[in-house]
Amino acid sequence: MRYEAPNSIDKAVELLAAEKGLAFVLAGGTDLLVRMKSGFVEPDLVVDVKRIEPLRKIVAEAGGFRIGAAVPASELGEHKALKKLWPGVVEAANLIGSTQIQGRATMTGNMCNASPAADSVPALVAAGATATIVGPKGRRELPVEEVATAPGKTSLAKGEIVESLFLPARPKLSGDAYLRFIPRTEMDIAVVGAGVSLTMGEDGTCKAARVSLGAVAARVLLVKEAAAALIGSKIDDAALDKLAAACSAACKPIDDKRGTKDFRIEVAGVLARRAAVIALKRATGK
Amino acid sequence: MTSVHVSTTINGDAVEYLCDAEETLLDVLRDRLALTGSKEGCGTGDCGACSVTLDGRLVCSCLVLGAEAEGRTVNTIEGIAQGDKLHPLQRKFIEHAALQCGICTPGFLVASKALLEKNPDPTETEIRYWLAGNLCRCTGYDKIVRAVTSAAAEMRETR
Amino acid sequence: MPLDIKPVAPGHTFTIVGTRPLRPDGLDKVTGRAKFGADMTAPAMLIGKILRSPHAHARIRSIDVSKALALPGVKAVVTRDDFKEGDPDLRDVLRNVMARDKALYEGHAVAGVAATSAIIARKALKLIKVDYEVLPHVTDVEAAMRADAPVLHDDLFTGGLEEPTDNAAAAAKAEEIGHVEDAKEAESDPHHGKSLAGGFRPQSSKPSNVAKRHEFGHGDVEKGFAKADVVIERKFKTEATHQGYIEPHACLASMGSDGQGELWGCTQGHYMVRNVCAQLLGMDVSKLRVTASEIGGGFGGKTTVFLEPVALALSRKSGKPVKMAMSREDVFRASGPTSSATVWVKIGATKAGRITAAECELKLQGGAFPGSPVDMAAMAAFACYDLENVKAVGWDVVVNRPKQAAYRAPGAPISAFGVESVIDELAHKLGIDPLDFRLKNAAKEGTKSSYGPTFGPIGLIPTLEAVKNHPHYKAKLGPNQGRGIAAGFWFNFGGQTCVSLNINVDGTVALALGTPDIGGSRASMSQMAAEELGIPYDKVKAIIADTSSLGFNDITEGSRATFSSGLATIQAARDAIGKLCGRAAQIWGIPAEAVVWEKGHAKPSGANAGNFEPLSLADIAKTAANTGGPIAGHFEVNAEGAGVSFSTHIADAEVDPETGRTQITRYTVIQDAGKAIHPSYVEGQYQGGAAQGIGWALNEEYIYGADGKLQNAGFLDYRIPVASDLPMIDTVILEIPNPGHPYGLRGVGETSIVPPLAAVANAVTAAAGVRMLEVPMSPPRILKAIGEQKAGKKKAKANGKS
Repeated sequence: MRYEAPNSIDKAVELLAAEKGLAFVLAGGTDLLVRMKSGFVEPDLVVDVKRIEPLRKIVAEAGGFRIGAAVPASELGEHKALKKLWPGVVEAANLIGSTQIQGRATMTGNMCNASPAADSVPALVAAGATATIVGPKGRRELPVEEVATAPGKTSLAKGEIVESLFLPARPKLSGDAYLRFIPRTEMDIAVVGAGVSLTMGEDGTCKAARVSLGAVAARVLLVKEAAAALIGSKIDDAALDKLAAACSAACKPIDDKRGTKDFRIEVAGVLARRAAVIALKRATGK
Repeated sequence: MTSVHVSTTINGDAVEYLCDAEETLLDVLRDRLALTGSKEGCGTGDCGACSVTLDGRLVCSCLVLGAEAEGRTVNTIEGIAQGDKLHPLQRKFIEHAALQCGICTPGFLVASKALLEKNPDPTETEIRYWLAGNLCRCTGYDKIVRAVTSAAAEMRETR
Repeated sequence: MPLDIKPVAPGHTFTIVGTRPLRPDGLDKVTGRAKFGADMTAPAMLIGKILRSPHAHARIRSIDVSKALALPGVKAVVTRDDFKEGDPDLRDVLRNVMARDKALYEGHAVAGVAATSAIIARKALKLIKVDYEVLPHVTDVEAAMRADAPVLHDDLFTGGLEEPTDNAAAAAKAEEIGHVEDAKEAESDPHHGKSLAGGFRPQSSKPSNVAKRHEFGHGDVEKGFAKADVVIERKFKTEATHQGYIEPHACLASMGSDGQGELWGCTQGHYMVRNVCAQLLGMDVSKLRVTASEIGGGFGGKTTVFLEPVALALSRKSGKPVKMAMSREDVFRASGPTSSATVWVKIGATKAGRITAAECELKLQGGAFPGSPVDMAAMAAFACYDLENVKAVGWDVVVNRPKQAAYRAPGAPISAFGVESVIDELAHKLGIDPLDFRLKNAAKEGTKSSYGPTFGPIGLIPTLEAVKNHPHYKAKLGPNQGRGIAAGFWFNFGGQTCVSLNINVDGTVALALGTPDIGGSRASMSQMAAEELGIPYDKVKAIIADTSSLGFNDITEGSRATFSSGLATIQAARDAIGKLCGRAAQIWGIPAEAVVWEKGHAKPSGANAGNFEPLSLADIAKTAANTGGPIAGHFEVNAEGAGVSFSTHIADAEVDPETGRTQITRYTVIQDAGKAIHPSYVEGQYQGGAAQGIGWALNEEYIYGADGKLQNAGFLDYRIPVASDLPMIDTVILEIPNPGHPYGLRGVGETSIVPPLAAVANAVTAAAGVRMLEVPMSPPRILKAIGEQKAGKKKAKANGKS
């Protein structure tokens, strides 16, 4: 195995595009090294992107924030302004693993690992976040929900790297929240994850909403019917019931060692509802 | 197999080593540098027994490649005591019987030290959640939490 | 021959015993200096790795190691051909260490390789070609008992049965001992009756997976049930769990061409390791020296050998030291988890709350070889109760899983889960407070136990009464919260023990023990030695001696270390005191009988003996060379008289009714320690056992796929409690002295894992209204039970019932 630590994104793209064998990007390493240890992957080349300065920065941009691909989750939690604007996204990222994992894991890595149960992805999808991708053919933007295509697979072409994630500005009276279900209090992979982002109007009705579910299908889901249940409503019990039902209906889960189908379907509705209540509180300050 | 040459700082000392690209920092510490205080409990970042700080950030050394330490600072359990003077956490762990078999203790000390440097007055809940990545099978965590609380109090007083 | 151990007088005041001095190995453990199994190296050391079967059950037709041997850097390869079958008592141990004709579980060791680096060793494993004939497998205990189950051993016949002479008698016998042939009846209601789905007729004429039947008890349960006003019977299921020690097995073996060997490694019993390895390698025991490293947890899982014989064989073949360590995955797949089981319990009681009969039938699988702890589970099941009619039957079954090893009170948590749950349900049905119900039926001094012996002074009732008076018992509960209690018992063991106590020239003492320190026992032994000798605690230095330095010591298990090594330490100290007095007598020119030992000094026994200034231990030690040479005491014993210990726990659980997630919000352990030598370490044992029990109750389980492979071989998905999962664990140490120990001490390490499964189950019932019959009570199971109960209530309402 070879290890390279280029100091520019163009060099990184070059290395990845030219590699004839198996090449992997190394940011936090909390997924890659685990897969290497189990023998699941045997890389020929590992490209460490942490020496590329712009990838380590959180930069205010157009009222939102651009988060470099190599920023660890712990730094997201320490960034007051980011936390204030997108508390749901930050809390989702801060749920990944332990404090030690937080010191390394990145949201970009979480997204590119393409596990249906990734913690930060439903929150990013609900937020309408976009990924900036750099490759041999140049730069492009992609909504986060279009990056993972199947478990372990992304839509990135050979030589392409995610450079940053962009979280947009928020209109007034907006709030987001992410909740996940795990059997313990920490350390588990999400059995169900629910991210809700919404914007209320001055008149007390919901003007915009996005609802995303994780760990209940082969990819993170953006559940339009669930958002529709909220939009135009005052987010009362009736609307929340509809939201929960829409989420349960959208699940296409499996039975596995972490949860059963029935459990995931039921709990998806419960969590989406609870997340919506928190997002509402954050939006209105009540 | 390709060897990587690394120059780094470990517990304040300049250190150089050669390692295979796929070796973890934990492998290097234990097998090349004879710093066996950090332990391998799982190799997959689930138990925290290999905890070190990397540029001041608490991490699992089993999930860091040895090559990544280039130009960075690493601090391990072996660097917590200052000469023959134990850190308050180390003293409190012994006083409060916060260890039975002791295999998880280096990881807990490194992690607790990182906590108290960030938050000098943590609540019980904050301590428990910060240390959730350090598994202990012997103590049930009760005396560990008490030791950390006690050390935090002493450290606040002697500031 | 009875042991002449003089107990201390009642009301004796201890000086050091019962206090909380700092442990001698603490400094090394908080600085990273302490050396555990994988921390040792040797010059020219090789790294050893093991090739493991990917199949749950397969015949091994051939093993071709030629390509592996040819790989540069590979210095030795071993397979079944390198181990000769010898001692029949070690047959299963050997087969588990290295598969012979069959791989019997996924992860079963098939070959071992030693190479100059880990990377090369791993490459070499891939080059070994094993020709497997895959066979059908079985991993479920009841499935393994069925007549049509794949059979693991064609030479295993069911023991413990009396053979009837014809089919009618056999059928009657099958009825009597509790099984029906009819699959349908059993499947229609899996929670009722002891019936076994799929048909099982006990017999010993054909090979099967049923190794043995055990039965314990006395009286007549049928008559007893007939007298009961209420009878409850339930069938429970428990899944396999792992001790979960954070340190994987590791060792460093070094064999010389002269046939002498050294072994370093983490183990609970280095004398056992020496004996077993020497026999498996065809060596004299005296030629192998085993040093116990510091051990990163054992809980029973390190009371046997896994890597050690392979490391020694590789070292012998390569002529170099070989270091081996298990990965975490290997630990889960191929060390010794505990049994999975079904537990059928039936208890009957009068309206007044007196139990008239209690019966249980347990089926425990011990992995691929016989020897599950079903006998201990059966014996412990009803030990807390004073019963006229009691019957406990246990079946030891083999399945295609790793061979089980002891796990803290082996078997007892499993049967206690069932018994203490039914006791709770029975009490509620009778409208009697569960604590009072237990008090009405509690075993006490003079009770004939359910497993045979009559109890001496025991502490169960004190623990129950202490629960009643504890603030936790009366504390207010919040919404969705419930409280449960449960009692538990463990036998505790004695065993072979040697201790050597040497007095140094400056009056300090070197104490050599043979029981590895898994919980702070060096501190406790030092306290006992200091107490007897009357010297300060810090003048005693305890070490765990290697196998060449002491006579045989049984394993640190069965909560025996502090009891047995403690007993031997006290006796060794008394032995030394005798010699010290003799030296003083010599110095003074008076008879030895005229010298007494008091507060660390030799004194003349009275005015008649002479008017001499007392001599301290240091004084006598200084002149030892002139009075006869070095002074030492020693003691070798097969210790008996370990006292049983009882515990009652209080658990508060909060259950989220919409997700089934359960949080333990408060927990208290009240246990009888006889005499707590070092209260902090006794508390530590109470808390640690409770934490393991809570994990077992809520989230820990081995998950097997239909392919017989373990799906959760890591700490990510094998979910032990993390710091944020648990509250502070309050402890109360009661002391009802054990007459078998000079200080009244009882073993404490194991009892505290016995009550939690039922304490938590009873708390969940109180919180969520559902009775959980399966552990772990994971959220999907609890949510399902809540849903079924809601549906049942709805149906009942719809049918016009209230």
